[in-house]
Amino acid sequence: MYTFDIERPSTVGDAVKLLSDSTESQPLGGGQTLIPTLKQRLAMPDRLVSLGGITEIQGISQDDGGALCIGGGVTHADVAAGAGAYAALAGLAGKIGDPAVRNRGTIGGSLANNDPSACYPSAVLASGATVVTNTREIAADDFFDGLFTTALEEGEIITEVRFAVPQKAAYMKFEQPASRFALVGVFVAKYADGVRVAVTGASEGGVFRWAEAEAALSTNFAASALDGLSLDGSGMISDLHGSGDYRAHLVAVMTRRAVEAA
Amino acid sequence: MPQVNMTVNGKAATGTVEGRTLLVDFLRETLGMTGTHVGCDTSQCGACVVHVNGKAVKSCTMFAAEAEGAEVATVEGMAAADGTLSTIQQAFQDHHGLQCGFCTPGMVMSAAALLRDNPKPSEAEVRDYLEGNICRCTGYHNIVKAIMAASGQDVSSIAAE
Repeated sequence: MYTFDIERPSTVGDAVKLLSDSTESQPLGGGQTLIPTLKQRLAMPDRLVSLGGITEIQGISQDDGGALCIGGGVTHADVAAGAGAYAALAGLAGKIGDPAVRNRGTIGGSLANNDPSACYPSAVLASGATVVTNTREIAADDFFDGLFTTALEEGEIITEVRFAVPQKAAYMKFEQPASRFALVGVFVAKYADGVRVAVTGASEGGVFRWAEAEAALSTNFAASALDGLSLDGSGMISDLHGSGDYRAHLVAVMTRRAVEAA
Repeated sequence: MPQVNMTVNGKAATGTVEGRTLLVDFLRETLGMTGTHVGCDTSQCGACVVHVNGKAVKSCTMFAAEAEGAEVATVEGMAAADGTLSTIQQAFQDHHGLQCGFCTPGMVMSAAALLRDNPKPSEAEVRDYLEGNICRCTGYHNIVKAIMAASGQDVSSIAAE
């Protein structure tokens, strides 16, 4: 790693101040992606601003409308244990990485990083969740902006993620066994006004909604409604773990399994 | 360089660190506690697992500065002061849960975290919990068996010897 300073503010306000002064700074969530990135010298910040000491971005609660509100600094393990009101989301969190990774990695860090194979982006997009930052609220449909890119501005911190709890939902992940990331993951969520299907791990453009599957499932929420639907393998990630066509095929399989499990 | 203060195995520990100093390097290089191993340094293998405020973490993927004020537990704190092994360590010895021993500190600390949350895990739950701990000797059967035995369960039906 290159040398850098590390600060540990105790409030969002202090963190934002540090991130906006003249020193080139990077926020540090649980570090489960950022620290390996720093070790590979793929990033060279002058300073890390650790969000780990900020209590106001901790905690899970439900608001008056029944939405599940998860602080940006909540670890995957705490979502797995504390998001029982949204079982599919808790289940997703409980299968990220391994137990030690889940004890450090945070929902805000995962979303801000927007890894194309991360699990959380699919839940956020399929749930039409709201990403709350220190300055504004961002709808899930406006948040993800391609590989490792989001609508977040420099120095903007995710303070909370707000999920409307669906009538039915499930996440199905085909795991890449070495990295434990999703080779393909599909999150299906059925709400009163329709079904949303979000796919991670597959597309070169990052997490995306599968519109044809959503339309079919909104009419008839059954695996058979997906008969005949397929995705094109071009534009899908193609690497030594699987070709684009293979991933496209897996999306259909995992969508079907998610509907059956929901 | 900033100073960091934490409690390691119940004793106060202080040292100066760089921003980039990893918790595992603080333990090994600053405190001289080399029981915690670095296997892969890429947060895959789990040889460096320690407990921070009661939770298993990979100490190669956490900065020492982030452990300010924390209670850290390492494999050195598992045995009693007179050297009597903990139940988990004794079970690893009794059931040949180690071959070269390199992964053992992490295995023991992961096992301790599992059994604290889930005192009577099923074999499948043990295997699932050890997903982030790699044994390069591939001695998993006896590691699982040792952890099951440490939980006080009958292991006579578990296949591997």
